[in-house]
Amino acid sequence: MHELSLVTSIVESVTESLAAYPGARVLEVRLRVGALASAVPESLEFCWGIVSEGTPLEGSRLAVNVLPVVMHCAVCDKDVALEGVQSFRCPRCGEPCSDMRQGRELEIDSIEIDEVEETT
Amino acid sequence: MTTRIVELRRGILKKNDELAAGLRASYAQAGVLVLNLVSSPGAGKTAFLEWTLRELKARGSRVAALVGDLETDNDARRLAASGAPVRQINTHGICHLDAEMIGKHLEGWEGVTLSGLDYLFIENVGNLVCPSSYDLGEKIRVALLSVTEGEDKPLKYPTMFNSADAAVITKMDIAGPCSFDRELALKNINEIRPGIRIFETSAKTGAGMEEWLGYLAEEKARRG
Repeated sequence: MHELSLVTSIVESVTESLAAYPGARVLEVRLRVGALASAVPESLEFCWGIVSEGTPLEGSRLAVNVLPVVMHCAVCDKDVALEGVQSFRCPRCGEPCSDMRQGRELEIDSIEIDEVEETT
Repeated sequence: MTTRIVELRRGILKKNDELAAGLRASYAQAGVLVLNLVSSPGAGKTAFLEWTLRELKARGSRVAALVGDLETDNDARRLAASGAPVRQINTHGICHLDAEMIGKHLEGWEGVTLSGLDYLFIENVGNLVCPSSYDLGEKIRVALLSVTEGEDKPLKYPTMFNSADAAVITKMDIAGPCSFDRELALKNINEIRPGIRIFETSAKTGAGMEEWLGYLAEEKARRG
């Protein structure tokens, strides 16, 4: 439901970064989104075209990399990836886990740009 | 033209996270324990908070509440009956509270300063999805679930229940007529957030509320 405001923040943030690359054209914006971040990739992509229109990001793609939830299992003493988000138990030993190591990320990872080469 | 990848590695909610960190620091400095109450609409946040404010106040604690809704100040008026200072935040369509809204509403709040409070309660917009992403600088996030909602609510909304520090089951007085399966609800909450503290309450009868107040006092002594 709040994907529209997330996408607005992404567009603003990436546009700011572009100041360092005058004339560059953005091809793709890559996100890292944890499975427990409560952001739906399809909704982000849907909003992308609308929000980026009329900005330097118009025409770019949005690529969302969804990261699984990773918990630290105290019994196995290992970081373990969960298959879903319906049970927070170690998939190896079945013990409940509460120490999360990955899963809530909401990050702009990188951008792919076409840069104007300097002519000197 | 050359194509290249530029690493940005930047949080999408960076602005909110920075504002929340600032709020967290000011709460800590003032020694006020801040709680963020989240639930679906109609779970009974306001009734639960009315009871909590009234009882804490009666026992000599200094309390206040910020209450978020899309529209109307109905909840603020209900909560103000407790005698505690209450300020309404109308989000006008936005489905969650964010740190900026909290910061703005803490400013210029007549008669209220953070250092003059023991507890500040933030009643979030009724929504089990979006508020989970927005840190308000709170120490304790409380997820509420009423007996009318179904025992599988935590499984349906794992993001919120997993991010909570405490869970409150409300309206226990009507658990029977609702055929509420208590064991199943407790199991589901524990499946999503193992080891979380759970309170089974009724703001109508006062059931479970003493235990809740005891928890608040413990947390205040420990962190406030």
